[in-house]
Amino acid sequence: MEQITAATVREIQEAVRTHSGLLPKAGGTKNTLSTSANGTQSTLLNLSELSSIIDYQPDEYTFTALAATKVIEVEAALAKNEQYLPFEPPLAQRGATLGGTVAAGLSGSARYRYGGVRDFLLGLRFVDGNGELITGGGKVVKNAAGFDLPKLMVGSLGRFGILTEVTFKVFPAPRTFITLLLRYDSLAAGVDAVRKLTVAPYDIEALDLLPLDDGAQVEIRLGGIDKVLPERADRILQHLAVDPAQVGLRLHGNNDANHWQSVRNFEWARDEYLVKVPTTPAKIAALNEKLVAYSGTPRYCVGGNLTWVAWPNEIAILHQLLSDAGLPGLVIIGDNLGTVTDPMIGVRTGQYFAQRIKAALDPNERFYGKVVD
Amino acid sequence: MSNQKNDPDGLLSALAQVVPASRILQKSVQLAPYESDALTAFRARPIGVVLAETQEEVIEIVRLCHQYNVPFVARGSGTSLSGGSLPIAEGIVIALNRLNRVIRLDPDERIAVVEPGVVNLDVSKMATPHNLYYAPDPSSQLICTIGGNVAFNSGGAHCLKYGMTANHVLGIKAVLPDGEVVQLGGDSLEGVGPDLSGFFVGSEGLFGIALEVTLRLLPKPERYCTVLAAYDSLKAAGDAVAQVVASSLLPGAMEIMDALAIKAAEASVDAGYPQDAAALLIVELEGERVQVEAEFDHLLKVIHASGATEVREAADDEERARIWKGRKGAFSAVGRLSPDYIVQDGVVPRGRLGEALETIERLSKNYGLRVANVFHAGDGNLHPLILYDGREAGALHKAEELAGEILQLCIELGGSITGEHGVGVEKRAYMPDMFEQIDLDVMGKIQRSIDPLSLANRGKMLPPEYIPEGEAPALMMHGAHPLEKAGIISRE
Repeated sequence: MEQITAATVREIQEAVRTHSGLLPKAGGTKNTLSTSANGTQSTLLNLSELSSIIDYQPDEYTFTALAATKVIEVEAALAKNEQYLPFEPPLAQRGATLGGTVAAGLSGSARYRYGGVRDFLLGLRFVDGNGELITGGGKVVKNAAGFDLPKLMVGSLGRFGILTEVTFKVFPAPRTFITLLLRYDSLAAGVDAVRKLTVAPYDIEALDLLPLDDGAQVEIRLGGIDKVLPERADRILQHLAVDPAQVGLRLHGNNDANHWQSVRNFEWARDEYLVKVPTTPAKIAALNEKLVAYSGTPRYCVGGNLTWVAWPNEIAILHQLLSDAGLPGLVIIGDNLGTVTDPMIGVRTGQYFAQRIKAALDPNERFYGKVVD
Repeated sequence: MSNQKNDPDGLLSALAQVVPASRILQKSVQLAPYESDALTAFRARPIGVVLAETQEEVIEIVRLCHQYNVPFVARGSGTSLSGGSLPIAEGIVIALNRLNRVIRLDPDERIAVVEPGVVNLDVSKMATPHNLYYAPDPSSQLICTIGGNVAFNSGGAHCLKYGMTANHVLGIKAVLPDGEVVQLGGDSLEGVGPDLSGFFVGSEGLFGIALEVTLRLLPKPERYCTVLAAYDSLKAAGDAVAQVVASSLLPGAMEIMDALAIKAAEASVDAGYPQDAAALLIVELEGERVQVEAEFDHLLKVIHASGATEVREAADDEERARIWKGRKGAFSAVGRLSPDYIVQDGVVPRGRLGEALETIERLSKNYGLRVANVFHAGDGNLHPLILYDGREAGALHKAEELAGEILQLCIELGGSITGEHGVGVEKRAYMPDMFEQIDLDVMGKIQRSIDPLSLANRGKMLPPEYIPEGEAPALMMHGAHPLEKAGIISRE
């Protein structure tokens, strides 16, 4: 695979005009998304130098940064003003960038509270397949003018264009967090607890479900004013009919932060592949049964809407399994996809529409990857 | 691309094979109500209106439009303030109010799957027994439909915290302008691949017609805490907003009304607002009771320290409703002060609200036209109401010029020409001021790739030069929408 580096927008434009099969890479934390399939032609476009925060307006709740700016750099700047990116982009500590997060369409467990990367991206710039620098969306928190190109680019894997700049909305960060870890003796009981919370009026930051050998653990993160957090936690326990006196139930301070950092950086996933699977709570039971049968290790996040699967077998098997279940998947980590040619696995929808858009933005197929199977 | 010649007569004959004659309107008396939407300054008479009742009918109608090369405009309740559902004179209107089935309400999964003709507020009503609601709340929510909300990415008073329609749509089944049916997105909050349903939302009907929309429902907030504060200047109210924001609170809504709007609201709905105030600020926190009450103590300290001349807390639901009644009714109330008005919904960065309001005041004096301001301060979304008398020669033109200057101002301050009403026909001439030529060209390319014949809502959003053969809609009348006069809908 040929490799070129572009440190400026002009160099990206030049690369697009002179190359085909371009595959952008910045942090490289999602290695399957910056690797071409066996036997295909591609040119790796290294963008990691395209990095800096251009403008940060704490009073406006917005910032603009070059696409390859690292998430941790942004989070450090936001933290100085007690603000945060509420969807907590995955793999931040491993070096994930803003552009990679957008192009991969990834959000962390914290997206439960206010929404995901799609909901916080306000505007962007990208180089299209003609080498033109295009601006989409805006820089203010509310805007309804023109087609919503920022949404289109979320999850587009660089197949419509190469991101150069992104503008995000941010929120004030909760002052304090605590996490409740509740054990259940079956996955079904854990799913029930998650359901009870998703329809209740509690302001929960993150709501994850972790299957265990002998049951399941429900993980509930709360954030806000510290003096009322204990009371809020008790109300949730009461709602779930759990004895608040149970020992080992609560994580505070560093323990809380370390726990979620480990979740966010997939320290728990030790298998060859890591796969994102959008789900709904109702689909968890059947999916879990199949995954466990193949020694897959799932973590069900965002109230059952976002499943991460650590997968030890051939990815083709998971592709089949997801297709049978009517689910899509995205392999974000793994060294070799084998016979599978695309990190997007399982079912795909909307391809006719996507192909029309691809024809408009990348008529000469400058970018690597297809938007149809 | 079809080479079919434009054949409206052929289309009408073919439609009669698909839809009973009673649901194809062609007489002028039947067509009159469809000639304009809530942007009444524009009017066009379509060749026919088809009242569709099923998704299959809509798909077939779109396919026939494609076959006979006749443009179509999808329409729900016609509450668009930007002329989004203005008919095309040589085309048909596909009326979708009867396509209003709720296909699935799943409280456990917190979703509702509805057809486009379902009314916005009905989704929340339907979800109420499960303690859930649908968050986007445009002020026309009593009557506006989900299909229109999707097409124009409708907003409301709670967008800073909760986002707009796009943030609450998970999936869309749509018929594209060539009759192809696609499924975009799904039931999950998450997706894989480009966010196609997100891209469809706000496309102003140019990508076709949504047939089924999967909506995300939220648990109803347990507690609302609302405060009303009076100030002796608009600037002081704007500064108070900045102080609330700086205090790390995230209110569900922050609204400001100026003196003219306060007087009108008072005269109209007797909201009990302080009459000598130059500006009113409404701030509302909502969420979990324990947390919200603690935050409210903090908010009140900020408000008391902000130089408010009077502060009122809503002690109960009744008082809260009264505070909101004046705000929600402000637009139709202002309408009573003047036979006609134009409303814009440009956005400015929140920190430049004061500057924007001062300039609007100066422009108002220069033009000799009164401007009332009622706006979503939390997200910088202005709503200047420009009052004029359409019976005076040239008055509408003058009001439009003033409106145009306000839009230019929003662009200069780094904002947007529309926060929630959409571009429609009304603001398409301002698109080149907000976007570079190259950006508009890309939008044009995408539109033509999806709809090579430009059949779907031709003439909306993109400036006229992007319309292949369409004709510019004519400016034909003025005055409030009949429903607006009746106080059923309002322009905010």
